[in-house]
Amino acid sequence: MNVEQAMDIRQQRILAALENKNTSVQFDDALENEMILNMGPQHPATHGVLRLLIKLDGETVVACVPELGYLHRGYEKLAENCSYHEFIPHTDRLDYLSPLMNNTAYVLAVEKLIGIEAPKRAQYLRVIISELARISSHLLGVGALAMDVGALTVFTWAFREREKMYDIFELLTGARFTTSFTRVGGLAHDMTPEVRSAIQQFIDQLPEKFTEMINMLNTNRIFVERMDGVGVISKEQAVAIGLCGPNIRGVGIEHDLRRAEPYLVYNELDFNIPVFEGGDCLSRYYVRINEVKESIKIVRQCLEKIPNGPIHANEPKKVLPRKDRIYTKMEELIHDFMLINFGVNPPVGEVYHAVEGSKGELGFYIQSRGEGHPWRLKIRSPSFMNLQATPMLVEGGMISDIVAVLGSLDPVMGEADK
Amino acid sequence: MLTTVVEKLKSNFPNSILDVKEFRGEITIHVKKEDIVPVCTFLRDDTSCTFDYCSDICGADAYTAENRFEVIYNLYSIPLKQRIRLKVFVDESDLHCPSVTSVWPAAEWPERETYDMIGVYFDGNKDMRRMYMPEEFEYYPLRKDFPMMGIPDSIPLPRK
Repeated sequence: MNVEQAMDIRQQRILAALENKNTSVQFDDALENEMILNMGPQHPATHGVLRLLIKLDGETVVACVPELGYLHRGYEKLAENCSYHEFIPHTDRLDYLSPLMNNTAYVLAVEKLIGIEAPKRAQYLRVIISELARISSHLLGVGALAMDVGALTVFTWAFREREKMYDIFELLTGARFTTSFTRVGGLAHDMTPEVRSAIQQFIDQLPEKFTEMINMLNTNRIFVERMDGVGVISKEQAVAIGLCGPNIRGVGIEHDLRRAEPYLVYNELDFNIPVFEGGDCLSRYYVRINEVKESIKIVRQCLEKIPNGPIHANEPKKVLPRKDRIYTKMEELIHDFMLINFGVNPPVGEVYHAVEGSKGELGFYIQSRGEGHPWRLKIRSPSFMNLQATPMLVEGGMISDIVAVLGSLDPVMGEADK
Repeated sequence: MLTTVVEKLKSNFPNSILDVKEFRGEITIHVKKEDIVPVCTFLRDDTSCTFDYCSDICGADAYTAENRFEVIYNLYSIPLKQRIRLKVFVDESDLHCPSVTSVWPAAEWPERETYDMIGVYFDGNKDMRRMYMPEEFEYYPLRKDFPMMGIPDSIPLPRK
């Protein structure tokens, strides 16, 4: 008898027992059977709407099949039907824990396609917002991981820090969550001195609070034992299955696109790439907490080095003009009209540009046919590729380790499902 | 560095490489559909290529009478820090393409996604189910003839 038939017979017996109002149900071999467990899509530890079908032998995971698509909104189809500028707000909704990073990644791909470059000040600002987004994403990643394995306090402490960041984002972009801050060839607004001092103040107080937070975890025996040696993956397996971001650095491979293919001004900045050899949940966690420290370092350097100057590239036919000039200057009014109605019209061609996002390699592949909207836009989402390794990591382990593995992979379903 | 990759590919597979294009410093190589697996294996194993990381696979609908669909392979080499893009044409009359899961296991989900969105079937992929859409959905949403607003009643509502 296979498992399906056994399940059918069980179900029939339970239904029959209910109809007879007989509450006692008996099974021949209750302890001999394998059990199929459906985890998610509505499960707090799946960080969204991920569904895992798990086959259990007692408490050991025999097989695991992830099912995606519960948050599929068809952004790639939408992208084909809106102009390059109109797609920027949609990128906020991909990895909704670091929208500023997605905004930056998308416009960098479009700029590569058009062949323009944002001025230095805009590039520094983009680095600042990307690293702030990375800090915010990792804070949530670490906090949620701790919550999944039973330490609730760290989660609330992480959210306290993220709350301060959201206040900064609101000051900088006008929105807390869906920022839509970047523009092709520049940014929506410049950084005011007020925002600058708010960021400075935030990164000055963050190391102390962050150390306080991670000390709670690093010296917590329960937390470390739940993570150490759980969900192990080897170097070769990790590369073959396409792990990216902090997860691949957690197996001892120094792969970081900020160093491998420097974009923006990362080659002018001094930072380290944290690498841990273990390949288990604890190593991935250590990579994340060390990356927060490096990001703080990067933001601090950028605030010192950021030059004055324009934040828009001087390409009137490609870059949206400033609002006040549209109302007063004829040329700008014409350019704005043309850009809004017909788009930026990049040359015929195709580009792929990837950045080191908070979850891993976040890439945009764009095919252009010279029109105002992309012919094909593919989002290479890091969470999607990271989730692919879930069966490899959880099979053979205990069922309670699944939450630790998922938390340490740190997937975001908005990005994985597109 | 990438020119040596192209030269090596051309000398090793003179009949499989159909076209080489360069745009914004990125190289796109058109490969004959039947030879995609040997070409990928060579790119992974050769010491001057070492494209060990399958960054992404996606499909595109060119909406032409011949060679309507494209399958695009974005590859990356972690040791040599270089990128290359392969492209395969799939005609509408034969929607099959060899799977590269034997070369990179990471290709499994992107291939499923391509099948789900474009409708190209990958021979050799062990788990060729739809990635995002329900299994009973009969259309391929990223084809250009699929309307943006969707098709009414194409996804059944749950029974009451």
